[in-house]
Amino acid sequence: MLAMNYRGPRRVRIDNKPEPEILHPEDAVVRVTRACICGSDLHLYNGSVPDTRVGSTFGHEVTGIVEEVGPEVTKIKAGDQILVPFNIACGKCVFCQQELYGNCHESNPEATAVGGIFGYSHTAGGYDGGQAEYVRVPYANVGPMVIPDGIDHDTAVLLTDVVPTGYQAAEMGGIQKGDTVVVFGAGPIGIMAARCAWLFGAGRVIVIDHLEYRLDFARDYAPCEAYSYKELDDVVVFLKKTTDWMGADVCIDAVGAEATGHPMQTLLGKKLHAVGGAATALHWAINSVKKGGIVSIVGVYGPIDALVPIGNVVNKGLTIRGNQASVKRLLPRLIEHVQNGVIDPKPLITHRIPLEEVADAYRMFSAKLDDCIKPVLIPPAAWN
Amino acid sequence: MIENTAIAEFGNTSIDPSSVKGWAVDADPDNDPTYPIKDRNNGEHAGYSWKRPEQQDVDVEVLHSNERPNVSAAFGTTLPPSGLSGMIRRKAFNYSEDTYSHWLPLIVADRVDMVAGVFQDLARGHIPNIFSEMGMKAEWKYNRKALVTKVAIGAVLAGIAVAYLRRDKD
Repeated sequence: MLAMNYRGPRRVRIDNKPEPEILHPEDAVVRVTRACICGSDLHLYNGSVPDTRVGSTFGHEVTGIVEEVGPEVTKIKAGDQILVPFNIACGKCVFCQQELYGNCHESNPEATAVGGIFGYSHTAGGYDGGQAEYVRVPYANVGPMVIPDGIDHDTAVLLTDVVPTGYQAAEMGGIQKGDTVVVFGAGPIGIMAARCAWLFGAGRVIVIDHLEYRLDFARDYAPCEAYSYKELDDVVVFLKKTTDWMGADVCIDAVGAEATGHPMQTLLGKKLHAVGGAATALHWAINSVKKGGIVSIVGVYGPIDALVPIGNVVNKGLTIRGNQASVKRLLPRLIEHVQNGVIDPKPLITHRIPLEEVADAYRMFSAKLDDCIKPVLIPPAAWN
Repeated sequence: MIENTAIAEFGNTSIDPSSVKGWAVDADPDNDPTYPIKDRNNGEHAGYSWKRPEQQDVDVEVLHSNERPNVSAAFGTTLPPSGLSGMIRRKAFNYSEDTYSHWLPLIVADRVDMVAGVFQDLARGHIPNIFSEMGMKAEWKYNRKALVTKVAIGAVLAGIAVAYLRRDKD
């Protein structure tokens, strides 16, 4: 089968690999119809995630058609069109039982700090991802969901990560009616977090980034105020000033390790990989939120230390919340929102690209070429 | 229910929240920000007490964190550790996720793996097309001016370096 093949930092190609097999009674094999490239894939692409082995196939945002199921799979069957949450979750461990599906304890032998994730290095379980023609889906009774009537694959694939992660970013902010919410990062997740902040009753939503085309998109889509930090002398002072010198009620870090905007963070976190990523957005979030405020983190960082002003967290009395989105927990509500027209994620997709052109797709997304916001890879058999 | 008084009540905003579709439909005054979002059942207090899923056959080498007692019931079987990078990875897994001794060798192993990958390609008679793998076609299509500028600057700098080295020799 055709599959994306990682060859080292900023080098990927399309290759032929063996088709996946049923390895566990609860496995399914799925023929992929859509596989997005996620902003967090760029951490892998840039070589920032430890134990990313050459030959890996990335891709954790997937829809497809069930080809084959293991003997214990009862919830889906061959021929079903499904969406596959990015978390691999057993449904039985104490964490899954508490709906922490992003923190499953039976899907990742290599690390305890994160559950299994499709195509996200051996640090997240060593599973191949869905940027391929076929993908193995473990615990197929738990995560995958038959795509509801009226939802197409383009929309469904955004329900596997972008929409739930953006929604949970807002949810973790504990937003109360009238709160001012600042979202750092105008990528797909940040834009969706800004959109969802309104659903929790935000009174004002501000997005910070530096790419004008994304800021324009956020202003129109979320809708929200959106500012380029490059146009501001000091982003923290600006945010303090615009909130009557109080600071925002809630700040959301939707950037993670690949942030720009601070030379030292960039040097240590992105160039030297000496810390767990460039924590510029998180730094700004902590310093821009009000005393007693909440910082919600969905940006992905490496497992080693990141440079953040932890003293200010203590002195300001902040609450910090973060997690990988619990997709399965959120899907029923989010599908309701999509079906009712409250959330329409499809406009986020700016590029539909043949799987065979995966190297160019990564380059385009990584370098923000052609005003790219969200690229979706489509295997040859799924073009229609 | 959408409140029409939103803008007057909250002020200091250019967008009237009540005009945003779905405003406050999920507002939850009980969302306590000091508590993780979960359906708490205190299951952790009983330790490894759940009925585990069936164990996937461990028929490839799987390195597991020393912060857990076992291999998870399901796991990925792609790319078992091998070669020099595999040796480094095995050493790394002697240390916990809390230590640099775990993570830094894994990054080193990844770079060793990258070099080994080139040799593996060559051994299979495949010469890797680095430019294609780096997506230069997209760069050429959408960012040609910057690409040409970068290449030109690189060529000039290389030329200066070569000239300087030759002058030293003379």
